[in-house]
Amino acid sequence: MELLNLMLFSYQDLEESHRMKLSLTKVVNGCRLGKIKNLGKTGDRTMDVPGCLLYTKTGSAPHLTPHTLHNIHKVPAMAQLTLSSLAEHHEVLAEYKEGVGKFIGMPESLLYCSLHDPVSPCPAGYVTNKSVSVWGVGGRVEMTVSKFMAIQQALQPDWFQCLSDGEASCAEATSIKRARKSVDRSLLFLDNCLRLQEESEALQRSTIIGVIEGGDVMEERLRSARETAKRPVGGFLLDGFQGDPMTLETRLHLLSSVTAELPEDKPRLICSVSRPDEVLECIERGVDLFESFFPYQVTERGCALTFSFDYQPNPEETLLQQNGTQEEIKYVHQTKKIKTTGCNQEMTSFEINLKEKKYQGDFEPLVRGCSCYCCQNHTRAYIHHLLVTNELLAGVLLMMHNFEHYFGFFHSIREALKNDRLAQLKELIRRQAS
Amino acid sequence: MAAAASPSSMESAPRIMRLVAECSRSRARAGELRLPHGPVATPVFMPVGTQATMKGITAEQLDALGCRICLGNTYHLGLRPGPELIQKAHGLHGFMNWPHNLLTDSGGFQMVSLVSLSEVTEEGVRFRSPYDGEETLLSPERSVEIQNALGSDIIMQLDDVVSSTVTGPRVEEAMFRSIRWLDRCIAAHRRPDQQNLFAIIQGGLDAHLRATCLEEMTKRDVPGFAIGGLSGGESKNQFWRMVALSTARLPRDKPRYLMGVGYATDLVVCVALGCDMFDCVFPTRTARFGSALVPTGNLQLKKKQYEKDFRPIDPECACPTCQTHSRAFLHVLLHSDNTAALHHLTVHNIAYQLQLMSAVRASIVEKRFPDFVRHFMGTMYGDPTLCPTWATEALASVGITLA
Repeated sequence: MELLNLMLFSYQDLEESHRMKLSLTKVVNGCRLGKIKNLGKTGDRTMDVPGCLLYTKTGSAPHLTPHTLHNIHKVPAMAQLTLSSLAEHHEVLAEYKEGVGKFIGMPESLLYCSLHDPVSPCPAGYVTNKSVSVWGVGGRVEMTVSKFMAIQQALQPDWFQCLSDGEASCAEATSIKRARKSVDRSLLFLDNCLRLQEESEALQRSTIIGVIEGGDVMEERLRSARETAKRPVGGFLLDGFQGDPMTLETRLHLLSSVTAELPEDKPRLICSVSRPDEVLECIERGVDLFESFFPYQVTERGCALTFSFDYQPNPEETLLQQNGTQEEIKYVHQTKKIKTTGCNQEMTSFEINLKEKKYQGDFEPLVRGCSCYCCQNHTRAYIHHLLVTNELLAGVLLMMHNFEHYFGFFHSIREALKNDRLAQLKELIRRQAS
Repeated sequence: MAAAASPSSMESAPRIMRLVAECSRSRARAGELRLPHGPVATPVFMPVGTQATMKGITAEQLDALGCRICLGNTYHLGLRPGPELIQKAHGLHGFMNWPHNLLTDSGGFQMVSLVSLSEVTEEGVRFRSPYDGEETLLSPERSVEIQNALGSDIIMQLDDVVSSTVTGPRVEEAMFRSIRWLDRCIAAHRRPDQQNLFAIIQGGLDAHLRATCLEEMTKRDVPGFAIGGLSGGESKNQFWRMVALSTARLPRDKPRYLMGVGYATDLVVCVALGCDMFDCVFPTRTARFGSALVPTGNLQLKKKQYEKDFRPIDPECACPTCQTHSRAFLHVLLHSDNTAALHHLTVHNIAYQLQLMSAVRASIVEKRFPDFVRHFMGTMYGDPTLCPTWATEALASVGITLA
């Protein structure tokens, strides 16, 4: 009898330990600092907030094998997978049976599965009352709630974005009607997914992330937040706040109002926002987790992140950096827009373009003092050469540097919050934004 | 036949190769090259890094695979980024941050194979740069000058390269010119203590011309010899006979580098014929087309048959790709636009080549090379007797029977 009690007690303990917990160490000016504990299948993993997720394409960090990925310091504990790249392979994954983490060779990583790829948004007009579509290499994959959940069952991620209608934010001016529909549909999808999850043995250890929709209509956004918060979701995804810097600014007000409605003890993710300046704006409005696709976009246009996040450098460095920063900003205003394949993004002032002739004989590392594999082993001149000769290694080395730089930035955000220095960091970043 | 029949060199120049073991049947040898950037075990396969990079894999990854020597191309690097810049970067080693050995070819082969508007004269090869249209002359002196700036451990003479399908007086002209160019390269070489200049035996598919070239070039005091002008469009039957003829007349105590050979069967046969060093773009190039090398041939991983194949490429392979990934995942990744797929295969294919050479070497040292050859052919062709005729004949010529 004693033994049975002991066993029951341990079982309960295990169940408890599987429920993840967000513990905030402090909240200052709307910014939340803390840790999410009890993550993963074994319930013993932790994640820092504010933080970011490792961006992947088809289950692999872009350009990187586990070996080169391992060279990077401070890789986030959780990686982002996209359903758009994996949905069409669900039969294979179902037959594989052991989950997508093992399939992609990342059995130790926490995994979050988003619907779409933030870098290549899909064509609008394909959401119905019954289904949402994603685009893979083989074309469109239409998913009803049951198909969506079947796919998640094959993937077995730690977290997954619930099926949702994100199209209210696609068009220029969203009608209230469209905004309302996005909220209604997303809630219906959520309730159906939750019901199916209850019936699924395989998905007991996976957490559904509820999606906040509603376009640019305040009333609908608040309704979405309140209603979604009533459901037993593990966290919230703030969808549809992306856009060009101008658009984001007008939506920031909306964002504050939304997060105010959300429970404090559950993580808030935002999709499609990844630029350093925008990240800080969102953190100040209660967002915890971000995607890390920005360093990938920078890599694809042959650029390297060089912005400083050292908000308390020594006096000598300050002088050097100030002069350096000003030089970079001046130059960027003069350059033309860089057309990049697949990304169509303009170069920012957070980066330098290694294709420029001036780097041909520059034997400095990308960023002096950077601890990444590229900066420890190679020079700007070498990267320039690789880009000019169209060599694959350019992408590998730039990705390694850009990820490391970006993860270092997030680390500095957490440090700044811990030491009450976020204002300095924000000012430093603001000065470097064009 | 046996190694003892080959003449020793007459010069007193230091030897860069130490023989560790010799097969008592065939001409296979196991050895060690002593090069400025460290020792290299032979027989060795040298992956080709053309433009100061091994395609998508880092120097650290290449080192971790056990590679101790790889190639750079003088033609490409001479144009971009150019020898002056590389010299500023402390040579090619410094520029690409490769701590081990480098071998650069002379630029001769690319000149002829890549550039349609090239013209060969006694002076050198005159050609038009594909990047800026500028006309330049690559002479023996200029080629050595560029390679001196690159600082590679082994440099190649500029040779007058003629396709192996060409016949007639042009072949003879090229052979004699290559000898004269060898002498000019030797004279122009500024760093004989830091860089080893190899001669390249030419003569096409003509036994008499080859023999003449061998006789003349082996009179020169060079640290090593390459067998050139093969691995083109010639038949395998002619190919192996020219290789065998060459190894029979090359000094025993100097390395024999067979240029442009890299298919597994060719490597094994040519080791039996007495070659020590090989290079080829094939393994790394085929990787980027989704083809993985295995003991039974290759796997075209993009094909549908691998969709649900959850085994690694090769369960016996120790490379990082095979330790972590399945054919099914690689299949998925190869159909995406993530370049990581190519890198996984590049890593594996280089590992395959290096592991093969390692196994060959061990079998020579352990005095079981003929058995190794039989086992290798059995795995590759289903049965040793199903091995291609040319290979069977080549092996027979050095005392290895497959039946």
